This record gives sequence, C-alpha cells and structure tokens, in this order.
Amino acid sequence: MPSSSLFFFLSFVALFSALGVVLAKNPVHSVLFLILTFFSLSGHYLILNAQFLAAVNIIVYAGAIMVLFLFVIMFLNLNADTEPHKSALSKVAAAVAGGLLLVVMVAALRDVQPGTTYNAGVFNSQIGMVSQLGMILYTKYLLPFELASVLFLAAMVGAVMLGKREVGERNF
Amino acid sequence: MIELPTLGWQSIVILVVFGVSLLIATYCTYAERVIAAFLQDRVGPDRAGPFGLLQPLADAVKLFTKEEFFPAGANRALFIMGPCLAMITALMSSAVIPFGNVIQFGNNVFNLQGIEVNIGMLWIFGIVSLGVYGVMIGGWASNNKFSLLGAIRAGSQNISYELAMGMSLIAILMISGSLSLRDITLQQSAAGEWHFWNIVKQPLGFIIFLVCAFAETNRTPFDLPECETELVGGYHTEYSSMKMGLYLFAEYVNIFVASAVMSVLYFGGFNFPFQYELRDWLVSNQAWELASAQNLISVLGLLALFGKIFAFIFFFMWVRWTLPRFRYDQLMRLGWTILIPLAIFNILLTGGLLLAGVIDFGVIK
Repeated sequence: MPSSSLFFFLSFVALFSALGVVLAKNPVHSVLFLILTFFSLSGHYLILNAQFLAAVNIIVYAGAIMVLFLFVIMFLNLNADTEPHKSALSKVAAAVAGGLLLVVMVAALRDVQPGTTYNAGVFNSQIGMVSQLGMILYTKYLLPFELASVLFLAAMVGAVMLGKREVGERNF
Repeated sequence: MIELPTLGWQSIVILVVFGVSLLIATYCTYAERVIAAFLQDRVGPDRAGPFGLLQPLADAVKLFTKEEFFPAGANRALFIMGPCLAMITALMSSAVIPFGNVIQFGNNVFNLQGIEVNIGMLWIFGIVSLGVYGVMIGGWASNNKFSLLGAIRAGSQNISYELAMGMSLIAILMISGSLSLRDITLQQSAAGEWHFWNIVKQPLGFIIFLVCAFAETNRTPFDLPECETELVGGYHTEYSSMKMGLYLFAEYVNIFVASAVMSVLYFGGFNFPFQYELRDWLVSNQAWELASAQNLISVLGLLALFGKIFAFIFFFMWVRWTLPRFRYDQLMRLGWTILIPLAIFNILLTGGLLLAGVIDFGVIK
C-alpha cells in the first residue's frame, strides 16, 4: 500500500475516533476511542519514519496514562444518572474557550506551506531514529530537556505529597 | 528454490511464530497440570491419549461446547472485546523476538525472526503495557463487583511493576547501546566468550525483571487480579466458554513471550556454548562448507533458545505450585518501595561499573 493511502486511512481513523471521544455517551467508550486515536497518531509517526516516537507514544499515553484514566472512570462509575447538571453559563464558557483554541490552532497552522521547507535532497530519513534523537536531545536541546525533567520531578514530589498518609490516618 | 521477496519470507515466519506460540500455550496447560501433579505427588492427567497428551484437545472441545453466557446488565460489545484484546496483545509481542541466527540457501539469507526493527525492546515493552486493557475492559464490562475489583487490581499492579521492569531494561540498554533484540543477542555471541551472557553483567537487573515478569503475566505469587479466595474468580468471574479459554490462553502465551524475552536479554538468546568452535571444527576437520556449518549452528541455536524458554516456563510453573499468594498491600509495597529503588540503584551501579571499566559496552564481534 502506498504511504499516501495509508496516510488517508490513518487520518480517517484518527478523525473518526477523535469525534468518537467527544460524541460517545459512555465515558469508558470515550477512553477507548482516545486510545484508538493515539494508535492512529503512532501510525502517522511510523509513516514519518519516527519509530521511537511512535513506540514511546504508545507506551506513555496508551500504556500508562489511559490505563489510569480508565481506572478512575471505572472507580467513579459515571453514567447518565450521576452526571451533574451543567449550567448554561458553563456550557457557553466551554464553547467560547474551545472556539478560541480552534482560532489559535488555525492561526498557527495558516502560515505553514508544505513543500517549501521540505527538501528531498537534503532530508535525512534517519532523523527519527533513536540514536539521532538522542544526539539532538543531549546536545542542541539539552537545557529544555533537563528543565522538563525538573518539571517531572516537581510533579512527582507533588503526587507523593498528595498521596502521603496524614497523621492518625490508616490505610488498612 | 523459489526466491521469496523479503515480505513473503517474513510473513511466513510470522505465521510460524503465531502457530508455535499457540501450540506452546496449548501444551503449557498440559505441562501445568503435569508439573502440579508432580510437585503434589499425584498422577495428573493421564486419560486422554498416551500420557494424557490429548488433554489440551479435550479441554478445547469442552470450552467450545460450553454455554455462551452474558451476565445481566453487561456491556456486550466490551464484554466480547476483553478476551479478544487480551489474546491479541499476548500474540503481538513475539513478532520481534529473534528465534535464530541467519539461514543461508545459496545467495539467499533469511532471518529466523518475524520483523527486525531497531526498537524491538520498546515494541515488547509497549505491547506488554497494553496487555492490561483486555483484563480491565473485560472486568468492567461484566457488571460485577468482583470482576471490577479484579480489573482494578490488575490495572494498578501492571502499572506499578512496569516501572521497575522498564528501569531494569534501561541497565541492559546502557550496556548494549541498542534497542534491537537481534543486536543484543549478537553482542552475547563472541567466539570463546560464551560465559559472558548479560546475566553475568546484570544479575540484579535480571532478578528485578524476573519478579516483574511474574507480576505482568499475573502469575502466582502475584495473581491478585484472579484471587479466588477474595474475589471469586477476579476479572473473569462472569466469563464462560471460549471467552474464558482466551483469557487462560493469553496468560500462557504471555508466559511464553516473557520466557523468550528473558532468554534473549539475559541468557544469550540463540547462542550456545562452543558454537564457533563446533562450526570451525566442522569446516576444518569434516570439510563442511562454511554456509552449511553456519546453518547447522543456526538450527542448533534455535533449539537452544527453545530449551532456555522451556526452562523458564518450567520455572514459572514451579513457582506457582511452591509459593503462596502475596497480600495486596505486600504486593504494592514490594513494587514501589523495594523493586523501584533497587532498579534505580542498579542503573547507578551499572553506570559506575561501565565508567570504571569493570564491564564493557556491548560490541557485535
């Protein structure tokens, strides 16, 4: 299968499942659609020859974060009966915020002209491989990379603080 | 010899791997009973066929002909999807395992491996992390509190032990410098150095990985998701017929894959002692062609890998019938406060030993 039709197939799956996330009545179905979306995105990464990114996307998002999502939703047992009533104001606010986000995305992508920055002659097809990515991350983007790790550390410390046993509290 | 395009050869290998995984999983059910009987000093299955060898067939007929049951209020689509996902994720990971070295026919060289990707280890890790969905979805869709509790236990257990497992893999990566399972195997195959398998360089990492493999495959002593004394049957309480069979089968396929991965990462994969000496002896003393001698070594290596895999499968079963089950808080404490710090220590230790030059970086010689 040529990669262009593969691209269209994956894009169709991605859009279909992304719509499914929003439109599904059952939150568990939404989560499963979101996992499908991540898989089609990983497929796109594979077409771009970015194998490492594809695998890490699956491991981190589909394998860990979505399991926790599913976990929480199963605990809460959300359904139509327990859904809290949302006021008209919050609905309007959500619509406006979502619309503004769309405007920002369109504005950011408007100037992108495919074909001008891409040059098949000098394009390095190995750019998405693990070794290349590691080289770039640890040389050119060392500071942002390390700063991101500090951010993760702060989040981890915060999670441990929240989960810590209070004085006099028993877990079992 | 018909010349096959690369994809054709690979798809044949994948089909063979698929069939072999299922066959081994089938006979694991038999082996489990025989080993249980041996350890408990009783006879075990011996009615169906010679030595009871047809027992798995009888089980399959029984499972297929039992009633298909859907619990009231269950989510039908997800109830069916659960066991399917468990089986799919179990079968997917064996595609990247290098089962043997190259086989050469004339000018055609074939890899005894489904697909060679340079992210083989990440592939395995990714598929393993998806394995929990089958259990979680099936347990939730059953509309049963015991099933839900089993599903939630499975989810938290898998996530907890994945962390330690990933960190023990990082130490292997630091030595090998490659994510490709074939590279990692070939690095352990220098002539005259057969005793330098990764287990020698990574004893602590191997123990962490082994414990995590038990937890990831939901085997005793970590089979809390299906703990029958507390949760009736755990996540598969409501399952019957072949849907139940798929869950049980997926567990055995997972054991097979975990054994294969441990053999490849830590026990030299398809390498066996004195393989190069044997090849050189055949070439120089028996006047064999180099290619056919290499083919013989590859076939023997394939058998050696399966020998290692069967040894690990036996170990899984041996442990199941020897150790009692953990309590849930003990399981979590072991994962978070013992295995993860140990795995981090192992990374530091490996880094220190590499810098001090005590162990060397892996090179394909």
